[in-house]
Amino acid sequence: MPTAAKPRKVDRRRFLTDSARMAGGCAVAGTLLAYVTNDAKALPDQAIRPPGALPEDDFLAACIRCGLCVRDCPYDTLVLAELGVDGAATGTPYFTARNIPCEMCDDIPCVAACPTGALDKDLTVIDDARMGTAVLVDQENCLNFLGLRCDVCYRVCPVIDEAITLETMHNERSGHHAIFAPTVHADKCTGCGVCEKSCVLPESAIKVLPLRLARGEAAEHYRLGWEEQDAKGAPVVEGIIDLPDRLPGPGTDNLAAPGGFEPTYKLPGVSQ
Amino acid sequence: MSTKGKVHLPVGQEAREVKGWFGAHKYLVLRRISQTFFLFLFLMGPWFGLWWVQGNLAGSMTFGVLPLNDPMILLQGMFAGHWPETTALIGGLIVLVAYGLIGGRVYCSWVCPINPVTDTAHWLHDKLNLPKGWQPKRATRYWILGTVMAVSALTGTIAWEVINPVTMVHRGLVFGMGFVWALVIGIFFFDLLVARRGWCGHVCPVGAFYSLIGTKSLLRVSAVDRSACDDCMDCYAVCPENQVISPALKGKDGSTPLILSPDCTNCGRCIDVCAVDVFAFTHRFDTHVEAPKDAVSDTEPPNRHAA
Ligand code: SF4
Ligand code: SF4
Ligand code: SF4
Ligand code: SF4
Repeated sequence: MPTAAKPRKVDRRRFLTDSARMAGGCAVAGTLLAYVTNDAKALPDQAIRPPGALPEDDFLAACIRCGLCVRDCPYDTLVLAELGVDGAATGTPYFTARNIPCEMCDDIPCVAACPTGALDKDLTVIDDARMGTAVLVDQENCLNFLGLRCDVCYRVCPVIDEAITLETMHNERSGHHAIFAPTVHADKCTGCGVCEKSCVLPESAIKVLPLRLARGEAAEHYRLGWEEQDAKGAPVVEGIIDLPDRLPGPGTDNLAAPGGFEPTYKLPGVSQ
Repeated sequence: MSTKGKVHLPVGQEAREVKGWFGAHKYLVLRRISQTFFLFLFLMGPWFGLWWVQGNLAGSMTFGVLPLNDPMILLQGMFAGHWPETTALIGGLIVLVAYGLIGGRVYCSWVCPINPVTDTAHWLHDKLNLPKGWQPKRATRYWILGTVMAVSALTGTIAWEVINPVTMVHRGLVFGMGFVWALVIGIFFFDLLVARRGWCGHVCPVGAFYSLIGTKSLLRVSAVDRSACDDCMDCYAVCPENQVISPALKGKDGSTPLILSPDCTNCGRCIDVCAVDVFAFTHRFDTHVEAPKDAVSDTEPPNRHAA
């Protein structure tokens, strides 16, 4: 029945062109949306996610931006990013350590408040939080590195003597003093930012950075020989001949050693 | 005032004359109260320190026991690869069931903070007698909804939240605006100059999602007294989704008088604006139609009142 088939055919063609047009439009709009979402993924380095936050990629799939974590934070540490004002993805929670750091509540109310698991409920001990890690970014201005005893970042750390220690080293400048270098141990630092907040300088010399910026990573196959040996209680490789060490002493080609003699070779740039 | 169908009175004038201003705006006023109420619930915390309701429209906690979550956002999260915790799932389910019963797009007309903006744009659009402008197919929003889910899956993020004006405005009012006001102005002018009823009626995927939730909702508007209709067309003029009216109002004898399209927002404006009270809220199983009051009117509908 050609007469009946004709309008049907037109209908179908119309349907197909309409659908194609919609699909085309959606492809364009979708690409734009994907571009904007990808753009929104960039988290500024100084914006720190709350304790227990999933890795950023997973976090943006999980956080519904409800702000319940913000409401339950007793120190008003957390804020929701505002559109075009804060760099973090709109509506997501973060904090700026230099404004208000995380006080590391024992009961972690922010994690408890999160309905989605964007803040991981598996975090039950706040000391296990890894919001980032503190790095003493500016040794040239840090008062302790200048040889003074400021110590403030060390004193305020909630995980004092574990996350941050004072390591002594020789003060080359004065020649007879020690430098008490504030030294962060990333395996213990929670990234709470209390040290950054408390640094007495106008611009903090110690800053919490995201782990991806603050840390390197050893290759998976690297082994620290001395640790392996300690664990094994014996040399790691069997049957290694232990040659006698050549210690400086009488008979060495080293003028610095008592009884040494002048070496026959000349080291470039060294005047002995 | 008896020549309806021939002389066009301004939209709503007849209803105002017959029922009084309040009678002709009852549901509009109730809706504005409801919208203000839902916003106020969230503002009581930051304004007065009364933290009965915390959070925002994306997710909230009431009295520390009742979680409510936007199921559309949760669904995007799932597409993006995150299975939410139980609290959010329960919250999402409550919202799903509630709107499933009272009509999905009740969210649009009774809760959403963007609705007053687009309603105002439409009011001004009418006042200025502007052209309709771009009118994409009503199905566009479902395509956009699908695109949003696809982009969520592809980018691994809750995609619509980077531009969703609904949650952004609400979050903005409760937590801090940033540049969200620019978005509001954008939508206002989009509806005013680019596309009449453009945002809520054609584009917004949130509305599309809630439509889908409410396909089988209990609460429906019915053209119960459709035989009394005098073709003034005022309901078509005020209805934000006026394609939904005809099947119910102009249906043949024996067809359902219920407005069953999920696009209907249950806003009740058609009830307000009808001088002869054709429409009423009822449930979806109530297919009862009023018998014509006057047999003559059936043969000569336009001149019914002229006699
Ligand atoms: S641990 Fe306490 S201070 Fe830190 S972000 Fe959470 S609620 Fe706020
Ligand atoms: S409570 Fe969880 S889902 Fe809500 S804003 Fe905070 S991190 Fe996001
Ligand atoms: S961020 Fe600073 S204060 Fe906090 S744990 Fe690390 S070293 Fe301590
Ligand atoms: S049919 Fe009536 S209740 Fe439904 S959207 Fe239109 S005006 Fe509102």
